[in-house]
Amino acid sequence: MSDVSLMVNGKRVSGAAEDRTLLVHFLRENLGLTGTHVGCDTSQCGACVVHVDGKAVKSCTMLAVQASGSSVVTIEGLANGADLHPVQAAFKEHHGLQCGFCTPGMIMAATDMINRHPEGLDEATVRAELEGNICRCTGYHNIVKAILAASKTMAKGAKGKAKQAA
Amino acid sequence: MYSVNYHRAASVADAAKLVKNGDAKLLSGGMTLIPAMKTRLAAPSDLVDLSRIKEMQGIKVSGKTVTIGAATTHFDVSNDEKLKKTCPALAHLASLIGDPAVRYKGTIGGSIANNDPAADYPAALLALGATIVTNKREISADKFFKGLFETALKDGEIITAVSFTAPAKAAYEKFRNPASRYAIVGVFVAKGKDGVSVAVTGAGDDGVFRSKEIEAALAKNFDAASLAGVKVPAKNLMSDIHASADYRANLIAVMAKRAVTAANA
Repeated sequence: MSDVSLMVNGKRVSGAAEDRTLLVHFLRENLGLTGTHVGCDTSQCGACVVHVDGKAVKSCTMLAVQASGSSVVTIEGLANGADLHPVQAAFKEHHGLQCGFCTPGMIMAATDMINRHPEGLDEATVRAELEGNICRCTGYHNIVKAILAASKTMAKGAKGKAKQAA
Repeated sequence: MYSVNYHRAASVADAAKLVKNGDAKLLSGGMTLIPAMKTRLAAPSDLVDLSRIKEMQGIKVSGKTVTIGAATTHFDVSNDEKLKKTCPALAHLASLIGDPAVRYKGTIGGSIANNDPAADYPAALLALGATIVTNKREISADKFFKGLFETALKDGEIITAVSFTAPAKAAYEKFRNPASRYAIVGVFVAKGKDGVSVAVTGAGDDGVFRSKEIEAALAKNFDAASLAGVKVPAKNLMSDIHASADYRANLIAVMAKRAVTAANA
């Protein structure tokens, strides 16, 4: 057993966990954050993607104790109160989900992708970088549309903020 | 996953001590080891986490000499501005490994220590004539990769870095399995001052190897046209549900042509 101490969605949390406990199980079972899903459990589908220290990782392929001391953001931590995060809003607007099982991981991976490409995204890049996230309903078209739209919204937001700062 | 005791190493020296615990294994990005433990293919008693050791991270470029810390992630290798100028082929190779989430965690040291027969880095290090630096010694790449999942590493020996001299020209091309995205065949070509070397991953019965036939043809003229009619023997190549040995032999020549074209571009 180890003490796992994390910042999760801006709140300090700690708890004892077996060393073999996966981060995804710690989030879901110890913290009750069931928005992060276990899909394939073999690092392929990406339903379990969360951000650890600002990077999108598969929480089914990381021990909770490995993440101890890190800052974690899950799907529950993206929205600002009742205001959806731009990526969540874009998935809603563009119907980027059907059954919704892959959606938390899709949105966390998409947010990371947009952050990595402040210069903007094109369809080919979005499709290539979604390699680690599998959706069995949508055929991806509307997910790609949603990510491209969110990328534009977030770029405008960043410019707006820069203007305000200037 | 069976029960395990986790240790976080603060330094290479600390890790060398911790790895003496029971049947311990070194943990870097964990992109292979954690899935292997989940399926109980691996069941170490202890894990020694190397991923937070600062001295094992980062890329140094001095002239043509490149040194990459063993705990440097694929993401960092693929995005390093100095490396992209000095040896863009290696940065490109790193950008083709797994998916973005895997590249954030997986490391060069972990990949070569595991020596998966379809891993990308072994082809690069063999073709680049790289040196693998451990906490005990330096090993040349041609003595390091010993076969399927086998390396020259002794029990408890820790890879700390890899280094190589950047060649004038290099490129990597891989033909991916459409489902797993692993290399069915990956070919790294390098043309440096010691001549041309060509290393092949994904295809060898015994892991990564150099293709003498392709090297001989390219030594005369480093051009894709030199490979017209070059036959790679299918002997000692893998045959499995994904591809036969003959198919892989043909793919090696095709990928080599593409790689030479890319290297000359």
